[in-house]
Amino acid sequence: MNHTFVILTILAYLLSWGLYIQFLYTGREFTGRLATLLLFLGLGTHYLALLLSARASHTVPYHDLQGAMSLFGWLLAVTYLCLEIYHRQRTVGAFVMPIILIFFVTSYLLPARPHTPSPIHGVVFALHVTLSILAYAAFALSCVLSLIYLGEERLLRIRRLGDVVWRLPPLELLERMSHTSVIVGLVTILVGTALGYIAVDRNVAEHYSYLDPKYIFTLFVLLLYIVYIRLARTAAWRGARASKLCVFNFVLVVVNFWVVNLFFSQHHRYF
Amino acid sequence: MEIVLVGLNFRTAPVEVREKVSFSTEQAQRAAEELRALGILEEALVLSTCNRSEVYGVHPAAKRASAAALSSFLCNFHSIQPDLLNPSLYHHYDHDAVRHLFRVSAGLESMLLGEAEILGQVREAYLRAHATHVTGPVLNRLFQAALEIGKRVRAETELGTRPMGVASAGMRLAERIFGKLNDRTALVLGAGTISEQVVSQLHDRNIGRLYLSNRSREKAEEFARQYKGEVLDWGNWDSTLKLPDVIVSAVGVQEVLLTKPLIERSMAARGNRALFLMDLGMPRNIEPAVSELYNCYLYSMEDLSEIVQQNRSARENEVPKAEALVEEHVAKFISWQASVELIGVLDTLRGSLKERRAAFLHEKLAGMNHFSNEDREHISALMDELVEKLLIAPAERLRAEKELRKKIQNVEAIRALYLSDREKP
Repeated sequence: MNHTFVILTILAYLLSWGLYIQFLYTGREFTGRLATLLLFLGLGTHYLALLLSARASHTVPYHDLQGAMSLFGWLLAVTYLCLEIYHRQRTVGAFVMPIILIFFVTSYLLPARPHTPSPIHGVVFALHVTLSILAYAAFALSCVLSLIYLGEERLLRIRRLGDVVWRLPPLELLERMSHTSVIVGLVTILVGTALGYIAVDRNVAEHYSYLDPKYIFTLFVLLLYIVYIRLARTAAWRGARASKLCVFNFVLVVVNFWVVNLFFSQHHRYF
Repeated sequence: MEIVLVGLNFRTAPVEVREKVSFSTEQAQRAAEELRALGILEEALVLSTCNRSEVYGVHPAAKRASAAALSSFLCNFHSIQPDLLNPSLYHHYDHDAVRHLFRVSAGLESMLLGEAEILGQVREAYLRAHATHVTGPVLNRLFQAALEIGKRVRAETELGTRPMGVASAGMRLAERIFGKLNDRTALVLGAGTISEQVVSQLHDRNIGRLYLSNRSREKAEEFARQYKGEVLDWGNWDSTLKLPDVIVSAVGVQEVLLTKPLIERSMAARGNRALFLMDLGMPRNIEPAVSELYNCYLYSMEDLSEIVQQNRSARENEVPKAEALVEEHVAKFISWQASVELIGVLDTLRGSLKERRAAFLHEKLAGMNHFSNEDREHISALMDELVEKLLIAPAERLRAEKELRKKIQNVEAIRALYLSDREKP
């Protein structure tokens, strides 16, 4: 059954991506709507795949790398969909869908590892993890938007205007979308991190250190995004420079997500 | 139910002739009413734009006769010699007339390939004609289909998406940076023809605030009145350039008007918010090095012309797609027209058979006195039922026929087989 949902999700995401690309080139409203509808369907089947996987392992799906990656993909799709609806802008879908697909497909291609149960459980802990992954998804989205901004800006400067440039969102809208995404990421990571402290305090504080490199690095990333939000409104940084900073920040998030978790953190594994 | 079209356009007539045959809104309405009143057409519609004047109509009479009468009407209406007008006129009938209107509506017959304005002009002409009841079922259906194909071509092809004029290309580029311009400020320097085109484009895009500046203030004020703008003093650049998000310069000056240091100062004053500059002057009004400034986007006339050229090629590549859509709609319309015609033929045929049945019964039953009145009525009802049965089955088959030409041939065959000339609808 899980396998069926995985295949259905891949199919829905692939079709949705294809339609988003077609929409980018043709601008046909119907194609765009169909792409969004398929993304909705993909989200539904992806959710069911996550749910079945959680039931099979008798735990939430983010206790292993596969689950964390799949959940990241799902939350990225949710965040993108919210942004698409809020800003009424579909052309970004063609750039976000491959990332969602890569995370989802990779999560199911990775070899299964033996499950080591986490000493911490409970709703607060679950919220801490989910909100942290949601924050990473929002930062990933802001990075994609910033890259689109930089690409479009470059094409406008060198006057190479193909079919796509006329359909991409205006530069200022891309900036606004990126800001929205970063703000979502900031709020969720703030709440998520705070809940993490609470979860640690309530459960096994004696085994955990508040000086875990993960916490320190997360606070550093948080600070960088606050700096980005602040700088993006200043004369010297608004525009392309702010977008470059946003991309740089996300590189640090990736470092945090994998390198710090895998090699430095004692207690954070995959999120 | 023949559709006839007589008209002229920029391809067939020089501007001097087109001017003479142009219709104002009132004239178009009056002409359509007169055409109906004179019995030249049953339904009539006049489509008149700066590049074309066309009369669309429906008449049951022979189409060539209708077209000749229409040509003559146009000469009389505009008091123009037939020798001058006739060589410029084109005549299209039925499928060709339908195809021509659909191509017009799709922008395939426009001087500026794929232009959007023509669709609005077709819509306005149709709505006016419909409101004054000069159109009927055929032209209503024809023009509704024309509007539909116009929309489809613009939605499903790239024919209308890319700007074709320098001014509109510039505005579309500005929209790539700011999005909608309704909360933006623009400054136009100069008050010549190019400036007017730009101002008109900005006005069409509901620019939030429009400033105009020109060495001759009167001309700028004239523009300002027309397009609801404000006039700024010429030359007070440091304070003037702080305001706009879009600067368009089309001034005939020999020296550079807006230098890099000047724009640099204005950028600092406006907090480095993005600035879009269009230099449409010849020689150039804005120092090219301005494009190196952070958040400044400068496009010269040469850049914009190149973009327009790219767009023209891209639009031309879309023509086959648009033509395929036109053909699809022509086929649909002809199918509808044939089915309407078929219903008319069948109704006439039914009436004719009933008449013949009545005459036949009257003749045959005259000598059969042993039938009571009830028997006679019964026989009559049975024969009516037989006629219906004989007609319904082939009618249903004909209606289900998808091959258009065959359907029309069938209609023609029924006419030829069963109806005398007098009885044809």
